[in-house]
Amino acid sequence: MSEDSRDRPVPGAPGEEAGPTEDPAPTGDPAAVEEARPTDGESHEPEPTPDPPRASPPGAGPQRRRRDVMASALIGLLTLLLGFAFAVQVHSADSSTVLAGAREEDLVRILDDLNSREERLRDQISEQRTALEQLTNSDSQSATALQEARRRADAIGILNGTVAAHGPGLRMTVDDPTSAVRVEDLLDAMEELRGAGAETMQIGGVRVGVSTAVTGHPGHLMIDGRPITAPYEFLVIGSPQDMETAMNIPGGVVQRITGLGGSVHIVQVQDVTVDALRPLHTPQYASPKTGN
Amino acid sequence: MIPILGLAVGVLLGLFLHPTVPLGLQPYLPIAVVAALDAVFGGFRARLDRIFDAKVFVISFVSNVVVAGLIVFLGDQLGVGAQLSTAVVVVLGIRIFGNAAAIRRHVFRA
Repeated sequence: MSEDSRDRPVPGAPGEEAGPTEDPAPTGDPAAVEEARPTDGESHEPEPTPDPPRASPPGAGPQRRRRDVMASALIGLLTLLLGFAFAVQVHSADSSTVLAGAREEDLVRILDDLNSREERLRDQISEQRTALEQLTNSDSQSATALQEARRRADAIGILNGTVAAHGPGLRMTVDDPTSAVRVEDLLDAMEELRGAGAETMQIGGVRVGVSTAVTGHPGHLMIDGRPITAPYEFLVIGSPQDMETAMNIPGGVVQRITGLGGSVHIVQVQDVTVDALRPLHTPQYASPKTGN
Repeated sequence: MIPILGLAVGVLLGLFLHPTVPLGLQPYLPIAVVAALDAVFGGFRARLDRIFDAKVFVISFVSNVVVAGLIVFLGDQLGVGAQLSTAVVVVLGIRIFGNAAAIRRHVFRA
């Protein structure tokens, strides 16, 4: 193209109209047009037909000067317009209002882009939301599990005697002035109390748990190997009514101990504190079987 | 001298006035600017060839702009405005390149 546009005007130089030669180009080739009139601007006459280049009559001096000024003014105006439009276009091309003048198909394309982008972002949002939900769920689940585990630990601790407990129950004092109360009598009392719903108890300051043993002989009884002395004080948590009834049944604990020469004094208490503790015995051989 | 001055003043005016382009004109302004640039390059080349003619320059400038705008307008009416404006820009760009090559030959003799 550059070769073409360079070479074409040269043959057409001697004053002919360049119009026909540049028909294929949609916009007039200014270089070609200008080269088609290879004269200096001043010699130009208003007639549309081309003049002999240097044929301007000498008498046309003032007119020539006037035309020269006008041409300069026009050129200045046009270039000023160009600069103005250039600056405006550059400015508007990088502003956000560029969408306002965009064509329909461009807008459709931009809209499509934005739509797909929105879709992607929405997908991301829902993913993140699901993740958040899962995290929250697992969090609350673990919180619930923790609460449950703590509840179980408390229950087991109370049963096992590793935590202090309080609640309604009995304070039963077994006096044994003649040292006649035997191991079996204490065991009977414990079993009766358990049968009547005792949840945890301590005897003479020793907590009774699942593996508690009563040993010794009358007068020197021991619970879990720790000696207790009369009067033996039972602190029991459970239903006070049921346990007192269980103690007092005919042929029961109270009657037997009274028959042996001792005495039993039972008081129902609204809030008994069982605060003797048993050391936690960690199983040496048994281990939990995993799975439900 | 006058064209350079005009360009500079126009750019400065555009920079300082910050006019907003009317909506209807927005597809045509860039094309018009490119067409006018083509005319200016052609005029510069003609001046270097010592065959510059003010009338030819003015007419080619105006007709360049008008024809480019018309082509784009026509394209818009036919629904191929984007493609036609691309075509116009490509053609004008090639012409600008050709003129720039001629100018380069004049200036650098190469």
